[in-house]
Amino acid sequence: MAVRRLLRAGERVVPSPPVPGPARPCDPRVSLPAAAPRLYSSVPAPAAAARPRAEDDKLLSEPLSHPDFFNVKELFSLKDLFDARVHLGHKKGCRHRFMEPYIFGCRLDQDIIDLDQTMQHLQLALNFTAHIAYRKGIILFISRKRQFCHLVESTARECGEYAHTRYWQGGLLTNAHIQFGSGVRLPDLLVFLSSLNNAFQPHVAIRDAAKMNIPTVGVVDTNCNPCLITYPIPGNDDSPTAMELYCKLFRMTIIRAKDKRRQSEVFDELRSKAEGN
Amino acid sequence: MAAAVGRVLRLGGRWSAAAPGGPRAQMLRLIYTTTAVQRKNAGASGPEKYTEAFIKKQIEEFNLGKRHLANMMGEDPETFTQEDIDRAIAYLFPSGLFDKQARPMMKHPTEIFPEQRKIQWGEDGRPFHFLFYTGKQSYYSLMHETYEKLLSVQKYQDQLTAQDLPPQKEKRENICDILNRNLAGSRWLTKIELEEMLLEKLSDDDYSRFIQLLQKLMTLPCGNIEEKYIQKFSKVVPAQLQKIVIEPLKYDERGVAFSTGEGKRKTARATAVVYDNGTGKITVNGIDVLHYFPVLQDREQLLFPFQFLDRVGKHDMVCTVSGGGRSAQAGAIRLASAKALRSFVTEKEVEFMRQAGLLTVDPRVKERKKPGQEGARRKFTWKKR
Repeated sequence: MAVRRLLRAGERVVPSPPVPGPARPCDPRVSLPAAAPRLYSSVPAPAAAARPRAEDDKLLSEPLSHPDFFNVKELFSLKDLFDARVHLGHKKGCRHRFMEPYIFGCRLDQDIIDLDQTMQHLQLALNFTAHIAYRKGIILFISRKRQFCHLVESTARECGEYAHTRYWQGGLLTNAHIQFGSGVRLPDLLVFLSSLNNAFQPHVAIRDAAKMNIPTVGVVDTNCNPCLITYPIPGNDDSPTAMELYCKLFRMTIIRAKDKRRQSEVFDELRSKAEGN
Repeated sequence: MAAAVGRVLRLGGRWSAAAPGGPRAQMLRLIYTTTAVQRKNAGASGPEKYTEAFIKKQIEEFNLGKRHLANMMGEDPETFTQEDIDRAIAYLFPSGLFDKQARPMMKHPTEIFPEQRKIQWGEDGRPFHFLFYTGKQSYYSLMHETYEKLLSVQKYQDQLTAQDLPPQKEKRENICDILNRNLAGSRWLTKIELEEMLLEKLSDDDYSRFIQLLQKLMTLPCGNIEEKYIQKFSKVVPAQLQKIVIEPLKYDERGVAFSTGEGKRKTARATAVVYDNGTGKITVNGIDVLHYFPVLQDREQLLFPFQFLDRVGKHDMVCTVSGGGRSAQAGAIRLASAKALRSFVTEKEVEFMRQAGLLTVDPRVKERKKPGQEGARRKFTWKKR
C-alpha cells in the first residue's frame, strides 16, 4: 500500500532521478547533458563536453531503462534485516501517527516494523542512491546519533562521499554561497541514517533539502516523521547492528554504481577508439 | 523599489534529444529576479582572499626587488640576506615612527600575507575533503582522527585483557605522565595555536572538547601507544623556576670559608661577605655596626637572618652599602647577608628562609606624585565652598 502511494499514475517503478547539479530552477526530472554541472551563481556553465553527445545519452539513459540495473536486491534479504534487528521500533507511546502504515504490529507495547514494506522501500532507496552515484552526484550522509558518528563518517570516507554528523549550522544548504563561497556545489542526495536530532525533533536538513529541491533518503524509526523524505526506509535506527547493516548496504551500492560507471566509460572509450580505427 | 528584471533561463543545447525516460517537461522557465539580489554584499564575503597567482606574482616581485636593492647598496645580489634587506630599508627610508610594525618593511610575501585556505573543491565541483559540508572540516576531521585513535587503543586494551596480560607493559617517563602529574613540563596547545594549525576559527566549546578528548586518550592505561600523536598537540614548557644556583663556599688565605651576597631595598644597594668561624662582628663601609646604625631597629634587621638560622655568634660580616636611607640600607644588607648564608646552610633551611621572606627582594618603592593631588595619595584640602 505504502509503496503504491509513492508512485503516481502512469509511472514506471523507477522514476528518473534528478540530475546532478545545484541549479534547480526547472523541473528536476529534466536531464541536462552530462557536461560539467551548473555553478550556483549566474556564471554560465563551462562548456566542456568531454565526449560526443550520442554516447553521453546512451551512458546515462541505459541504466534508466531497467527496474533494477544495479541489482541491489541481492545485497540484502529479509533474514539479514531480521538478524540485524531492523524490525524493532520504539514503545507504543513514542509512535508517530504517520508511521502507522509501516508498522506491522505491537508486541508488549513495543512496535514492530513491517519488514516486507521495509524490503520494498530499501530496494527503491538503494536503487535511487546507485543511480545518483552512477551519475557522479554528491551524496551526503547525515546522522545526529553520537554513538554512530564515527561509523557514518568512516562509511562516507570509504565510499568517496561526504558526511555530516555534527552540529548543523543553519544556513548550510540555504545560505551556502555565503557560507562556503560562491561556486560551491550542493549535495545531490541526502541520506539520513537517523532522521531525528539530539532533541528528538526532525532534523533541519530534511526541511532545507525540500526547500532546495534536493531528494532525500532516510531511515525512519517509529518515532520519526516520514513526511518530507523522498525515499523513507522504515526501520530501526538505534541498534548498532542495524546501523552497521545500513552503512554496509549504502557503501556497497555506491561502490558498485561507481565501478559500473567507470566500466561503462572504459567500454565507451575502447569502442570509440575501435570505431575511429 | 528596485526594478524587476526578467530572466529567461534556456537550457543548454539539445532540447530535441530524447530525454531519458519520463515525461518531457517544459524547457523554458521564466525567472524574475531583482537587482537587489544581484548586488554583491561587500561585507558578507569575509576577509579578502588572495589567489595563488597573486601570491606567486608577489614573490617574483619581491625577488626582483631584492636584487635591485642589493645593486643599489653595492652588495652581491646572490648573498643578500633578510637582515641585509632590513638594514638597507632602514637606511634608505629612515622613519621616526615609534611602532616597528608601522615603519617601511620589505619581507617575503609568505610572512606578510596570512596563510589562507584555497578553493576547497575541484573542477567538477566535488569538494576534496569528506567533511567539507560540516563547515569546520579540519576541526571535525581532527576530532574524527583522535576518536579513531581512542578506539584503536581500546581495542588494543581488549586484546591484552583477552590474552590475560597486564594493561600496562612499560612505565616510561614520558610526556603523558608529565601532563598527568601536572608538572610544569609540558602544556596543551592554546586555542590560538590550534586555530593557526587548523587554519580555521574555533569556538571555546570546540577547543575544550578537543582537549577533553585528548586527556581521555591519555588517561587510558595503554595511551602510551599514541604518544607521538599526542605530542603533536602538546608543548614542552621550559621550567620557569630556574633552579637558583647556590654558589659553593670559597676559602681565603687564612683557610676561612666565606661567601658573598648582594641585596637591594628601595634605592640602596649592598654587598655582604660572610666569614665562617667568627664572633658575630659586623663591619659596614669600614665602620662598626654600632656606630653606623645607632638605631636598634636597624641592627635587629641585620641580625634577623643569623637569628633565624641559630648562627648568631658564629659568623663575621663585612658589608658595603650605598644609596637609600637608614632603613633602606639596613634592609639591603639583610637581603645580602641572607643570600650569602645560603651557601653555609642545607637546602631545607634555604627553603625555610625563602618562606620566611628573607630571600625575596622587597618590591616597594616610593610612589610617584600625581597631578591634582598634593602627594601620591594625599589630596588637596577639600573646601565645601
